Parts: sequence; structure tokens; C-alpha cells
Amino acid sequence: MSARTEILDRLRSALHDAPEVPEIPRKYRHSSGLNEDGLIELLSDRLLDYKAGVSVVDEASVPARVAELLAGERTYVVPAGLEERWTALAPGRVVDSPEEPLSVEELDGIDAVVTGCAAAVAETGTIILDGSPGQGRRACSLIPDHHVCLVRAGDIAGVLPEAVRRLDGTHPLTWISGPSATSDIELQRVEGVHGPRRLDVVIIRT
Amino acid sequence: MSSTYLGMPSVPVFGEGNLHASEPFPQAARRELDNAQLRANLGHATHTIRDKRLRVVAELPDWEELREAGSAVKAAVMARLPELLEQFEANFTARGGVIHWARDAGEANGIVRDLVRAAGADEVVKVKSMATQEIGLNEYLEEQGISAFETDLAELIVQLDHDKPSHILVPAIHKNRSQIRDIFLREMPDVDPDLTDTPARLAEAARLHLRRKFLSAKVAISGANFALADTGTLAVVESEGNGRMCLTLPETLITVMGVEKLLPSWTDLEVFMQLLPRSSTGERMNPYTSLWTGVTEGDGPQNVHLVLLDNGRSAALADERGRSALHCIRCSACMNVCPVYERTGGHAYGSTYPGPIGAILSPLLTGITSEENASLPYASSLCGACYDACPVKINIPEILVHLRSEDVQSRRGKKKVPGQMDVAMKAASWMMGSGRRMALVEKALPLGKLAAGPDRKIKKLPGIAAGWTRSRDLPAPPAQSFRDWWVKEHEDTASKEQA
Repeated sequence: MSARTEILDRLRSALHDAPEVPEIPRKYRHSSGLNEDGLIELLSDRLLDYKAGVSVVDEASVPARVAELLAGERTYVVPAGLEERWTALAPGRVVDSPEEPLSVEELDGIDAVVTGCAAAVAETGTIILDGSPGQGRRACSLIPDHHVCLVRAGDIAGVLPEAVRRLDGTHPLTWISGPSATSDIELQRVEGVHGPRRLDVVIIRT
Repeated sequence: MSSTYLGMPSVPVFGEGNLHASEPFPQAARRELDNAQLRANLGHATHTIRDKRLRVVAELPDWEELREAGSAVKAAVMARLPELLEQFEANFTARGGVIHWARDAGEANGIVRDLVRAAGADEVVKVKSMATQEIGLNEYLEEQGISAFETDLAELIVQLDHDKPSHILVPAIHKNRSQIRDIFLREMPDVDPDLTDTPARLAEAARLHLRRKFLSAKVAISGANFALADTGTLAVVESEGNGRMCLTLPETLITVMGVEKLLPSWTDLEVFMQLLPRSSTGERMNPYTSLWTGVTEGDGPQNVHLVLLDNGRSAALADERGRSALHCIRCSACMNVCPVYERTGGHAYGSTYPGPIGAILSPLLTGITSEENASLPYASSLCGACYDACPVKINIPEILVHLRSEDVQSRRGKKKVPGQMDVAMKAASWMMGSGRRMALVEKALPLGKLAAGPDRKIKKLPGIAAGWTRSRDLPAPPAQSFRDWWVKEHEDTASKEQA
């Protein structure tokens, strides 16, 4: 008998008492009821708590703010689908595209990365990348040491259920809440181990 | 596909691997209790984490509603497990993933070895996984000439020191910074000899040590926190980015997961991703969560495998009163509030799964008749703190009591010669059955004074009672029994009244 058949048989046999399938009570919150200002304020507060950088700007100021944040970096990578004007004022741009993906070694030589995001969650301070053209391959937002992420206010959800319902689970997803961190040594939090050590979130007001 | 199995109920098949204690809990606990450093580190750690946890849990007005939902989702998963596994398999394979089924630890190890060899690799990077610890994968691969590198900082520390994890969330919690520095200096070939013991410097050393490995690894091995049946998606929750490195850079990704980790639907994630981080690290959200569904062309590993592991889970599922132990999402909240775990540490439990959840999960997976694990359900004061803390409301104390009774049942009838306890109980029942006999025995009470020293304390009792006096003294019995006192007192009153 194949392992598959045998395991499924064992499991069916284990349920000899045919336990009932309970109704799932979903009385938890499905939305926060916050307006745009409230969402921006909450998300900023949570991100700062994780030691991420936060700027809140209007659309016109994005290029200047991004250039300021990248001032210390020699090179940065952007996914091919990211709006070009957002990084127009910052020198050192390298583009990663599905047709010409950068190798892991090339990415390792790049200082920073700029991406958009699919959604953000204010209450948990989370930004979510789903691999669509403005966010690129997962390796791009992982290997460079500094991640600048652009979040449109309209993409901020108040609580997690709002965001989960907007996402497609079959996309490759990365949820990011602050920079890489560890608390494995005497529970003392240290920012930065293997993932980007700096995370700057630029929130764009509608 | 039917949800009712009509075949004959089969005999449960128990798990193997790192699930068995190598010695009974009381013995191991006694040794661990002597380790003052361990107790101090653990006390500090468990109190810090549980305070943090209480703070972030209190922030959510709907915490109890989330627990209710989480508990019900898991009960539904167990009731529908075969059907959900088939649904998950269909969705994961439709997107280019490959599923392997493993009846036990040995079979799972063999599958992983073959996959690593097929990828032409002799080393792999690993993200912390309880399932692979349970099956002893690292040791097995080592024997087969394949090096497995743990990449989670705490796992790396434990691995470099040839030690075992003592906590499921912070596996190196029993080591302090200077011990960690010494391990790095001793075991990392290219480490800076001037390494200090500040946590930031130690984390940096781990980063440098592993960076090349990540960027050049061909094969990675992971566990999974959740598997979503209706989309065929797997999820890994972590903090350092070592998980993301493993899950996205190598060409081949092999995940090993217990069959119980399923959730029915994508939206169930909204419940569990609120419950897990807050319960485990006391954070609103962990820094990184990665989700993948089969293969994504041009992004991440192009050979994606999943080994679905039974290893005793079907046996645990068959136990109607114990099966909810499989609801566990490995958050470690129960061990952080457990007075027994706090003093003995994780090593005393022997198994990969320590603490209150380990005390029920290990014997359920191996069978209560497994010699050393039979003592695990007694490793608890039944105070109930673990039940209060559990984000999916596993009633651990109730299952502990259930397993204790199973243990007693399993030993009944086996014993031909009555034990000391049986004899003592029988004698006590005969004695207490009659006031006359009781009074006679009480006459012997003053003898107790002889057994006690001048400090009126009995320090050592014989036989089975020795267990009681091993860690405490017994006060000497009074010179006179209550009956004697009563008789004497009333004789006096009676004679006074007559006078």
C-alpha cells in the first residue's frame, strides 16, 4: 500500500467517532472603522515601534523624499514595474526585470531596494508585497541591506482581516513588519540579521 | 471522497524519532533543577515574554473572539483532515509543487535524502523546523554525508555547541551571551578573534558566517506554520530573514510538515496570524512571514517539495479526548506560564516538544505505554495556567488527567506482584475501616519521636515514602493522639463533676 493511501486510511479510521464539524464563530473585528488620517497615524506609530523609518508625503513630494532616503547609497535596485518618476531624482538606479533578472551575486553588491506594496495593515505595522510588477521578485527586497517601501494610503487596511481579504493567496507573498530582528540572545532585541537592516516606509497621502 | 470511513478501525501506529524521553521526567527534572544558571535564565526569559504577551494581547478588544474562532477552525480541521489534505494536495500540485507522504520519521528522512541527492547537493541550509527536529533529520543527513546548516540564530548556537534546544521559540535560552561568544570563537572557522559578547556583535558574526551559504545554497529545508487547503499555500513565520533566504534563494525547496498543520481556507490566516505572533513572541506581528503556493515562474525555487508527515499524528487523532493536542500552533505560550517548565527547563521533557503541550503531545504521538513518556503527564501541577494562555484553547490539564488515567489503566493487570503502594493502600484501608484498629495503631504514635532527631524532624522515610522526604522534612508526630487526649480530658471533667 502506498504511504498516501495508508496515511489517509489511518486518519479516516482515527475519526471512527465521526466528530462533528463545528460552525466557526467569526465575531472578531473585520474592519477598524478608521479614516485615512487615523490609518496613517496608527501605521506610523506601529512602524516606529519596530524601529522602521516613516515619512508621510503627498504624491508630488515622493521623488524628493526617496532621493533623500537613498542619499547615502551608491546603487539601488527597482522592479521594472515601479513608477519611474518616483525614483527620478535618485542616482544609481538598477532595474530588475523578469526578462533580465539580476543574479544573487549582483543583488548582493547593491546597497538598497525601492518597491511598492500590495497592502499594509495599520494595527500590526505590516507591509505586504505580492510579487506584482511594482514589487518585483522576492530576492530583490531581501538581499540589499536597505529597503525603501512606498505605501499608498488607499492600500492601508485597519486590521488584518481587511488586508487578507484583499490579497490573492496564490501569489508569492512577503509580509514585513519592521527590519530584520532577533531576540535570541538573552531576549535582547537586535535589529538586522539576514534581512534588510534598514526599513524606510514612505506613506503617500491621497 | 467520503468523510466517513467505513473500513475496520485499525490499531494506532505510533511515532518514532526525537519524541521519547531518554529517562523518566522525575529523574531528568531532578538533575536539571541543580542547574542554577539554567533556572535563572529561564525565569528571566519566561517572565519577560509573558509580560510582553499580556501587553499586546490586552490591546485587542476581540482577543477572546479570535481564540474562539481559532479553536473552532482547528476542531473543524481535525474532523475533516483526510478530505482537507486531499484538497490541499490537489491545489499545491496544480501549481507545480510535489507532495510526498511519509508514514514515520524514517520514511520522511529517506525522502529528504533522495531529494537532496537528486538536486546534486551535499549540503543544505535549514530554517528552524520542529518537524525536522522531531524526525532527527540533521543527524540522519550527517550520517548520509550531507551537511545541514541551521540558520536561525538560536538554532545555530545550539547546533554549533552540539547541544539540544530547550525552548521551542528561543531554543538557546539556556545560554547567556558569554557562553555564546565562547561557542562562536570555538566553532566558527572564520570568526573575528576579537569578537565581544554584545548581542549586536554576535548577531553580526552569525550573519557573516551564513551569508555565503545562503547566497550559494542549492537546496533549502523548511518546516511550515500553516498550510491553506483551498489555495494550496504554505506559510513560514520568522524574524531574522533567514527563513526568507532559505525559501527564496535556492533552486530546490523541501518542506517537512505534520499533517495537522492545515487550515481550511485562505481567510483563516487572518485569525491565526493574529493569534500566533502575539502569543509567541509578544509582538503585534513577527518581522517576516513568507507564503508560497507551488512554484512561481521566475521567482524563488523552481523545484518545490512538501513531505507530509504522520509519525503518530493519526494515533493522536484517534484519541477522542486527546486529539485537540493536535490543534497546537507551536507558539510556546503554555511553557512560558508553566511553573514546572520554568524550573526544569525544556531538556527534562526529553522530546522535541517540551512544556505542558509536550507533556501531552509526546505521549499521544508515541503511545502512553512508551516507557519513559508515561511519566510526562505527571509533569504538571494542573494549575491550569497553560489552558488560560493557549491561543487555540487546548484544555491541557484535562488531557493530562486523561493521559494519567490511560497510564494507570495500561499498567493495571500487567503487574503480577503488588507494588509497595498497593500494599500500603490496602493496609491503610484495613486499618481505617475500624475505629478500634485505628486506635490501636495510634498507640504507636509516640514511637515517631524516636525516629525524629532532637530537632523533631524526620529526615528519611523508608520505601516508597522516601520520595516525600527526599526534598522535605516531616515533622515528628505528636506524643499523644487526639483520641488519647480526648479520653484523658474528659476523664478529668467527669471526675471533677463527680467531686
